[in-house]
Order: sequence, then C-alpha cells, then structure tokens
Amino acid sequence: MRHTISVLVENKFGVLARIAGLFSARGYNIASLAVSETLDPEVSYMTIVVEAKDEKVLEQINKQLNKLIDVITVTDFTKKEHIDRELVLAKVNYSSKDKAKLEAIFGKFVGKIIYHKADTAIVEAVGDQEQIKALLEELDKFGVKELIRTGKLAISN
Amino acid sequence: MKMTGSQILLECLKREGVEVVFGYPGGQILPTFDALYEYKGFKFILTRHEQGAAHAADGYARVTGKVGVCLATSGPGATNLVTGIANAFMDSIPMVAITGQVPTALIGNDAFQEADITGITRPITKHNYLVKDIKDLAGIVREAFYIAASGRPGPVLIDLPKDVQVAQTEFIWPPEPKLRSYNPSYNGHPGQIKRAAKLIMESKKPILYVGGGIITSGASAELMELAEKIGSPVTWTLMGIGGFPSLHKQSLGMLGMHGTAYANHSIMDADLIIALGARFDDRVTGRLDVFAPNAKVIHIDIDPSSISKNVKVHIPIVGDAKQVIAELISEIKQKPDIKDWLEHVEGLKKKYPMGYKDKNKILPQYVIQQIDEVTAGEAIICTEVGQHQMWAAQWYNYTMPRTFISSGGLGTMGFGFPAAIGAKLGSPEKIVFNIAGDGSIQMNIQELATCVENKINVKVAILNNGYLGMVRQWQELFYKRRYSYTPITSPDFVRLAESYGAVGIRVTKKDEVKGALQRAIETDNTVFIDFHVEEEENVYPMVPAGEAINNILGGLA
Repeated sequence: MRHTISVLVENKFGVLARIAGLFSARGYNIASLAVSETLDPEVSYMTIVVEAKDEKVLEQINKQLNKLIDVITVTDFTKKEHIDRELVLAKVNYSSKDKAKLEAIFGKFVGKIIYHKADTAIVEAVGDQEQIKALLEELDKFGVKELIRTGKLAISN
Repeated sequence: MKMTGSQILLECLKREGVEVVFGYPGGQILPTFDALYEYKGFKFILTRHEQGAAHAADGYARVTGKVGVCLATSGPGATNLVTGIANAFMDSIPMVAITGQVPTALIGNDAFQEADITGITRPITKHNYLVKDIKDLAGIVREAFYIAASGRPGPVLIDLPKDVQVAQTEFIWPPEPKLRSYNPSYNGHPGQIKRAAKLIMESKKPILYVGGGIITSGASAELMELAEKIGSPVTWTLMGIGGFPSLHKQSLGMLGMHGTAYANHSIMDADLIIALGARFDDRVTGRLDVFAPNAKVIHIDIDPSSISKNVKVHIPIVGDAKQVIAELISEIKQKPDIKDWLEHVEGLKKKYPMGYKDKNKILPQYVIQQIDEVTAGEAIICTEVGQHQMWAAQWYNYTMPRTFISSGGLGTMGFGFPAAIGAKLGSPEKIVFNIAGDGSIQMNIQELATCVENKINVKVAILNNGYLGMVRQWQELFYKRRYSYTPITSPDFVRLAESYGAVGIRVTKKDEVKGALQRAIETDNTVFIDFHVEEEENVYPMVPAGEAINNILGGLA
C-alpha cells in the first residue's frame, strides 16, 4: 500500500540524508519526495510517498522519523483527511492540426500548453493522483516523449 | 576575549563537567592538541588506537553515568572510532566523539585523510554535526552534550574542520539548549499507569523483565520497591545486570539465549510481563511467534520506537523508568494473589538449577566464581564478547548497578579492555576486572601501554581455551564440529604483559586460581592473569538461535 507521509524538519544540510537513510536502511523505496521551505524559512516541509507492505514497519519508520533530532513533526496522511496535488510537465508530439485537440484536453484538466515548436509541445498540468492518471491517458494519444513529475504534495484539510 | 575554535572546544568541555578525554592526535586535529598542551582543565588519556579511545569513553560513561568523550583526527582516526560509536549507540550510552576534519574549503575534494564521518556515522549516532562556522561551535557542543545525555542516551559526533579550530571569535557560553524538535517525555501517562497498576493487581502470574533502562535512569531503588510490593519474580537482560541484586530471593537471573532455564520457563508461563527499560531483543525472546503466549505486556520505555517493535504491547507507557515506576508503586493498592505462581517458579528453580560438571582442568565458570569470592561481588566487571562474557553474566553475583560493563547490542570483541580503562578512571576506588577470552583480548591488546603509562590499574582475567570459543561452540553444535578458523594461537601473555611493564601470571591448576586472583588484586599495577582453562567447555543453558526460549539445550537437568 502507498503511504503519504509529511515531515516538518529543520531546514539544515544533512536532514534529507538522515530521512532518506531511515527508508533505505530498511530496504524501502521512496516513490516520490517533495521538499521545500515553509512560511518559516528555518523549517522545511517534506512530502514522502512510500510503498509499504507491512504496517508494522511503517509504524517503526514513523517512530524513527520522530526520533531524528531535526524532525519537528511527522504526519501519516494515510489515516488523515488531506488534499494532494502533483505538477506534471510533459513533452508531447505536436503539429498545428493537433493544436485544438490538445487544447481541448484542458477543458477537463487544470493545465495548459506552455511552449510549442514545429513537432513538440510542452504542457503543464496539476491534479490529484486520479486526475493525473486520466490526463496521462489522454496525452498518450498524442505520444508522450518525456514526462517529469514533482511528486505528491499533501496538505491537511 | 577572542578565543580560537580549539580553545572554545576545550572551555566548553570543561564547563560541561568533563573530567577525562580519551584520544589520539593527528594532522587535522593538531590545533586542538596544541591547545591541549599543558592544559589543566581535564585529564587527557592517550590511547594506542582510536577504537580504544571510543570504548574507554564508553566504559567511563557506563560506570559514572556521565557523558564519555573521545577525540580523534580526520580520516582514519575518525573511521577507527566507528565501531566504538556503533557500540555506544546500540547500548544507549551517552558519548560525545569529536573528530578533526580537513579545512572547509577542501571538504569533498578527497583531500589527504578526508572521510565523510558525519555521513558514515549518521545511522550509528543519535545526532551529529559538521561545524562550518566557529560562531556555532559553543552552541553545538552544548547541544551535543544535552542530546547525548537526555532521553534515551546515545553517542553524538562533532566533526571539526581545521580552519574552524584555528579561527577566532568571542567566546560566549550559550544558554541551556532548547530544541523545538526534541523533547523527550519523562513522565508516563497517568491513565496508562493506572491501567497498568490494575492489570498488575489482577494478575496471577506476573514477572518483571528489566533491561538497561533501569541502570540508565538510576531506578534500582524504585525497582526493588516495586518488586517487593508485587512479590513477583524478577529477570533481567544482559544490559540489566546489576539493576537488581542477584542474590535476592525474587531473582531469576538473566533470561534469553544463555539465561537461566527457570527464567525462560517462567516468562513463557507468565500471564503478565512488566517490561522496564528493555526492548524484547531477539536474544531475549527467541522465536517471537511462540514467545510468552499467555502474557499481557506492560512496556515502560523512554523510547517510543522500542514499544510494539517486536512483541504486541497491551499497555505502553513512554517515560523515564525511575519516574514511572515511582508513580506505578503509588497506584498499586494491593498485592496480587500469586502464591501458586511463586510455588510454580520455585519448582522451576529446583527442576532446572544452574550448574556445571566439574572437570580436572580449570573450568571458566569456576574462575568467575572465584573472582566473585575474592571481590565480594563488589568489583566492576568488564567483559569482551563471547563465552567468557556469558559466564561472567551467569556466575558473578552482581549487587549494584553500573558494575557489569559489557557490549550488549553490538557484541564487540575488543570492547572490554579499553572499557576497563575508562571504568577505572571513572571509579578509581573500585577493583576493575576485565574478563576476556584469548581471542577478544588480542583485539585491543595495545591498550596495555595506556594502562602502564597512566598507572591505570586494571586486572585482566583471560580465560584462555585456545579457541574463539563461542563460534567454536556453534560449530560444535550446529556445524558438525567443523572448527573452521576457530582454533587460535596467542602470544605468551605473561611475557607480553611484562614487556609492556605490566605484571603477568599464568595459572594452569585449579588450586592456584584463588591465590593468583588475590595476588593480582594486591599488585599495584595492571595484571594479566592467563588462566589455561578447559578447551571445549560450552556455555549452558543455551537456546539455539530462532528457537522458542523454553527449548533449552544443556544444563544439569
């Protein structure tokens, strides 16, 4: 099962390595990770998505995260109401006759074409997991050359 | 007044109450050693290997309860500390390790004697620091001591680049550290404590299972009061030795892989386990899915991550053992009715007594018993790791906390001798023994020079059986006696000790054991006593790894 964990940490060098180390030491792959400063520049916010088969191991990871000196709070969003979003940048095949069709997609999704040249367009889109999945299916029809995702951001509501 | 980084470091150590630092100089820590020249703020002990310095600091911390301090240079000096740091981490020992580092401008350049020691020690320290600005130094040192000693203690490393050591700034002694992200909770939850007391009063077969947390929090008196109030048997882990007197009528001794058979059977039969500062280590529980099947568990520990890690816990209480036990005592209004249980446990004691079959050669167990006798159970006993360690745990009657100094979690051969140096410096009025095997003692034997040079009077009892005995025992029992690289030769320990300026005694006959021990104690020098013991004696009782802990090999019954 995928778990979304948010961690509020002191904004210092080495903190990311400490957190990543807790996962890697247990053979857990981090599916996505987003880190940035908060309103308080001395504090950073991390959203970590991790695949965990065993609830017990995840509980350990939560406790171990809390044990790190630089970790201020840990929230497991799996059991909490939250809103999550992801930003996607995609390079898709493009020709002027496709323009209208490509633009039409963004009637259903939050996003737009941000750049295009003769055979390529770059689109950006924002959404939750389901929306991004549906969008990618649409974009696939044009042919996706390259895809970059920020990883999930989660905030409690 | 402006001070250099090195001077600030020493001033901070002094103000933290440091009495002794163990270490070894080198290129990138030279400015700090220059500041140490003729420095009088604390004692400095030059070991012969950085690993020795780390273990000595660890031994000092275990005996005194204070933070142990070690100091080394960058690169190999720092990496030589790693085993000692990991050892302290596994056993929750407060330690501050300080390493020199190449100048900040060279970090990451593969400079001479550069190692990323904060990276290397990240998973084996409670916290670590790379000091990049001299203005942060005093605050970091204060924080390091605070973190090392508070909550569940552990080692903290400070990596100090050479340019920060020579830079200058005004020295300001920072206020007591307050960290928004680190606030260990010492008081147990009152509701949970009430529920625990109720469970205890209703229990029919309670057992107290105590670990190193009792020693760390100084909770021996509270434990005694609790044990006598409940009337239940008490068993302990290797780390818990000394927390409760061995000869008390409620004592069951150590449990687990080499625990007493009656302790193991008792915990398996219990209906309530009261775990105090212990972590249900695999050497204690054996096969987890069949461990204590009928028992409810009350788990008191300062570290939330220790709770519900291995066994299911019914009442978790996060807090300091000393405080929580005191509160628990006041909530227990009546003794549980456990007469039948105590009879059952007495029966187990009679059915599965501790013992060994006497042989013509000196038996290692006998040597430990003689050490117990000549020191009246009041010495500090350090050990290395292996058979001798288990015999030292089984056959010496410990009466006080902080008198059994042993590498529990990491199981580090070579720990005992340097730890004994730290122990003796921390408790100079006590007799300090290091009980060793002929294998282990050779791992940090260079510290003989440290003992002699500084007149640190340590007694080393080598149980010399010509084997790496614990591994040989496993090979005998589980690998068809294929003694793969476990027969081991040794130097002439008597002449070796003498060549360092210490005293060596060789003992080959049973009737010489006591006399040799007495002579060693009376000798005002470090003494190596080379006991030639029965070669293939095994440690029993023994629970094979991964078996249920009532599936016990050996012993007399």
